[in-house]
Amino acid sequence: MTLKNALMTGAALATLIPAMSAQAAGTLDNVKEKGFIQCGVSTGLPGFSAPDDKGNWSGLDVDYCRALSAAVFGDPDKVKYTPLSAKVRFTALQSGEIDILSRNTTWTMSRDTDFGNFVGVMYYDGQGFMIPKALEVSSATELDGAAVCTQTGTTTELNVADFFRSNGLNYTVVAFEKYDEVVAAYDSGRCDVYTTDRSGLAAQLPKMSKPEEHMILPDIISKEPLGPVVRADDAAWEDAARWTLNCLVNAEEMGVTSANVMDMAKSDDPNLQRMLGAEGALGSKIGLPDDFCAQVVAGVGNYGEIYERHVGTSTPINLERGLNALWKDGGILYAPPMR
Amino acid sequence: MSESTQSKAVVNDTLIEARPAPSSATGPLRWLQDNLFGGWGNTLLTLLSLWLIWLVLPGALQWSLIDAVWTGGSDACRANPDGACWPFITQRWDQFLYGFYEESERWRVNLVLAGLFAGIAWLVWERAPARNLVGLFMLFGFPLLAYLFLYGVPALGLPVVSTDQWGGFMLTLVIALTGIVVSLPLGVVLALGRRSQMPVVRSLCIIFIEFWRGVPLITVLFMASVMFPLFLPDGVTVDQLLRAMVGVSLFASAYMAEVVRGGLQAISKGQYEGASSLGLGYWQSMRLVILPQALKIVIPGIVNTFIGLFKDTTLVLIIGLLDLLGMVQSALADAQWSIRSVPYTGYVFVGFVFWCSCYGMAIYSRRLEEKLNTGHSK
Amino acid sequence: MAADSTGSNTPSRAVFWRDPSKRALIFQFIVFALAAWFVWVIVDNTATNMRNRGVATGFGFLDIQAGFGIIQSLIPYSEASSYGRAFWVGLCNTLLVAIVGIVLATVLGFLVGIARLSPNWLLAKVATVYVETFRNIPLLLQIFFWYSAVLKPLPGPRSLHEAGDQVFFSVNNRGVVMAEPVFGAGFSWVLWALLAALAGTWFIRRWARRRQEKTGQPFPVLLTGLALVFGLPLLAFLLTGMPLHFEPAQMSRFSLRGGVTIIPELIALLLALVVYTAAFIAEIVRAGIQSVSHGQSEAAQALNLSPGQALRLVIIPQALRVIIPPLTSQYLNLTKNSSLATAIAYPDLVSVFAGTVLNQTGQAVEVMAITLAVYLLLSLLTSMFMNWYNHRIRLVER
Repeated sequence: MTLKNALMTGAALATLIPAMSAQAAGTLDNVKEKGFIQCGVSTGLPGFSAPDDKGNWSGLDVDYCRALSAAVFGDPDKVKYTPLSAKVRFTALQSGEIDILSRNTTWTMSRDTDFGNFVGVMYYDGQGFMIPKALEVSSATELDGAAVCTQTGTTTELNVADFFRSNGLNYTVVAFEKYDEVVAAYDSGRCDVYTTDRSGLAAQLPKMSKPEEHMILPDIISKEPLGPVVRADDAAWEDAARWTLNCLVNAEEMGVTSANVMDMAKSDDPNLQRMLGAEGALGSKIGLPDDFCAQVVAGVGNYGEIYERHVGTSTPINLERGLNALWKDGGILYAPPMR
Repeated sequence: MSESTQSKAVVNDTLIEARPAPSSATGPLRWLQDNLFGGWGNTLLTLLSLWLIWLVLPGALQWSLIDAVWTGGSDACRANPDGACWPFITQRWDQFLYGFYEESERWRVNLVLAGLFAGIAWLVWERAPARNLVGLFMLFGFPLLAYLFLYGVPALGLPVVSTDQWGGFMLTLVIALTGIVVSLPLGVVLALGRRSQMPVVRSLCIIFIEFWRGVPLITVLFMASVMFPLFLPDGVTVDQLLRAMVGVSLFASAYMAEVVRGGLQAISKGQYEGASSLGLGYWQSMRLVILPQALKIVIPGIVNTFIGLFKDTTLVLIIGLLDLLGMVQSALADAQWSIRSVPYTGYVFVGFVFWCSCYGMAIYSRRLEEKLNTGHSK
Repeated sequence: MAADSTGSNTPSRAVFWRDPSKRALIFQFIVFALAAWFVWVIVDNTATNMRNRGVATGFGFLDIQAGFGIIQSLIPYSEASSYGRAFWVGLCNTLLVAIVGIVLATVLGFLVGIARLSPNWLLAKVATVYVETFRNIPLLLQIFFWYSAVLKPLPGPRSLHEAGDQVFFSVNNRGVVMAEPVFGAGFSWVLWALLAALAGTWFIRRWARRRQEKTGQPFPVLLTGLALVFGLPLLAFLLTGMPLHFEPAQMSRFSLRGGVTIIPELIALLLALVVYTAAFIAEIVRAGIQSVSHGQSEAAQALNLSPGQALRLVIIPQALRVIIPPLTSQYLNLTKNSSLATAIAYPDLVSVFAGTVLNQTGQAVEVMAITLAVYLLLSLLTSMFMNWYNHRIRLVER
């Protein structure tokens, strides 16, 4: 009686595991097999990755995952998002819970060797400070004795420790797990200073109950190249991820936009033909369709379009391109050629 | 003698109407004296209580009713940050109830909720027919059907709504009900295992129970949410919600096992021996003699475990699943609602929902306890 | 193994699967094999996956410099300390919350539990409302609520104090700041005096009990003890020339510096844990007191014990036997629930070690194993202590 019952219960339970599928292959094959990309994003940072009130995700980091989806499937919407706090993100990546981590993550040497491989830089950033204007502070070196709000498990948390230590300044750090908690705490006066990447500060500023009473200090205390990460054991998937990113940048450089990509693919320029897959077989070398780059641009636009859509000067976040302009426009954005 | 018979003043020939007791012995004043102001110590306690009530009640009423904002949008709340901001709840009501569940498919949630409440009402109503069958169905059949219905069966024309779109109160209920349905039978098995005479089975059960009772639920959920694929063969994935549910269920079943064990221990040895002497085997004697009695004794404990489980579902927000509390938390982060009164409003709302659910369960368990009390104790 | 003994009584020629003892053996073997197989599969999968994905293993990371700051540490800690040190900081913070929380929750729980049985109608009702309200609301919600309730309405230190102010006591949204006690050279005498007073009280109590058993004469132990415990150290304090002064906190440009600070995260967490757990303890205490039969209190009355004496000498000792086991579970629950600290940035073990350290090192398996082991150990120790205590106060039937 018990055995039969157990078997029946087991069979019933098995139907409850719809996503269960077993195969020991690379991430790219796994992704193709299951039909979607599991993308690790933040728990909500406007402009980079944040859900709207319908639960739809959008932002710079989200669009990178959508670009990857377009490259693999020809459809930018085959992505599922896993919101991760900063401190669990690498565990989720290493365990295989997510396929790619696109969560404004700073590229450092130890992370690159310990946790996975960075595929490139999505956004060049630096760490800054937000402070109430009433404090009349003009430089970060005046912050002796301040209470600092930040997020646990970030380079920010380490940089701020280094900064205060090397400048011989006292401080207390209050480290929260989620962006919203940090913002709420700083906004309610728990800390004097809020520190994170400057893009993050710009993104959070409109969330303050009185945005006009806060300012971002001019100091930049660190280099924060933010980019997507994949697991270290998977060269094919890493290539797919890397060249999707490079495709976004190259497309902007060559003037390919979501509006004109189909016309451009027919152009006579051999560079364009190779990149957009009209000629050669660049895509199939990395297990993607030959026209993957055309699909990416058609699906989400080029880097410039994505930037302007989510964090550019026409958005509430209002970030100049700055370092993130193309190398020929005075920035440092530079992608290897696709040939 | 004749004088005395004439003396109407001494002996009454009619019965005097009974009069109420003097007001000093009964009535509100006497009650006050007995219950509130008997002696200076008692008076002091009364004053202390009055002070506590005065400390909480007027402020709470003022904030939640009198000063509250009832209509309008976030602007109305921003204009009056000193009272509750109920529009925050009404405007986001759908989200708090359904999460991000597909809008066109929300009738499915409604139907399942209606079925759930109908089933519960059936079970609570004491003269309803076939309560045993309905009870079994609610415990085993309904959750499975509800799950399939909510998840979707494309073959039957119900499009799939993937579990990452589930949220809000609906998710709270899904997790809690799964936990309840799984933990009760599993808890019984574990409790029996712990009292088994087979040393291997007994020690395995003890290890299992003590492990789950000894570790905090959030570490369990953390492992279930981000470390789980590490324990599986490469490429095997299990739905994240399912993992959280399994974590919560195993956790609750360990507590359930201890509650049931208490009931088993309370059954006198004579019952076991009686069952054996009737020629009943182990499972028969458990099913027919021991468990019906043991479970009856521990109904309060079982319901308390359910209540605890129901409250513990809020912890899934720490691993990124948006249950009712998680949904409210994430709505609080919306810049449009960054107003002083909104967090309190949200928390009070969530608190009220949970309080109603848990208190309802507690009341029902108390009634059941009284009803099932067949007079063995006191 | 009772199955064995019954099995051996039956004629031994039975087919082996009809023999309960052999069947039990086979069944156990299968269960054991299944469990072992399950554990082995998990371990093997984990090891394989970690090797394939290049995850570092081993406990060497405990010696590496942590590099991050922690807001509250009971032991010396700086950014230059190791991850291992960070572990101890987190553990101490967890223990701090657990111990303080248990003490406060017990006190509040007993008060409320007794209040629920009070003849005073209003007080009983207030206590009932308290219990029914707080035990039916999720703890995490209460933590969030108290954190906003403690944090948000308080003024900032800048609006309370001018820069350069000497502050002896201040409640602001950075926590409760108090002047720091500085102990002078002779202060150890005060501690010795306290120790002597405690020892003296213990001896007096023993002596008084013996005398009472012999002669029936009571001795005011409580008063004498209090006088000793407070008087003797005070005397020593005065004699050594009051070797204690308080160093005030100073208002800097941003906030108060120096002094002793109780951070708002700790306050909020403690409030939530104490208020929540006390509601459960109150119910346990009420049930325990009600379990003592009415005859006991009547008998106490007949012996001319005062109500207080009856409660102290007759009711509570008997109620405690019923109270202790469920009380133990509540203590364990409180300790485990303190891990919810991670939701409000209180640096407990889960937050610091299973959070930040895990993230920095990426060694999830090792870190989680240590964390789980610590909680299991804490729970084991608490159970052992309470079992011992329970055994000590058990009913000795004569």
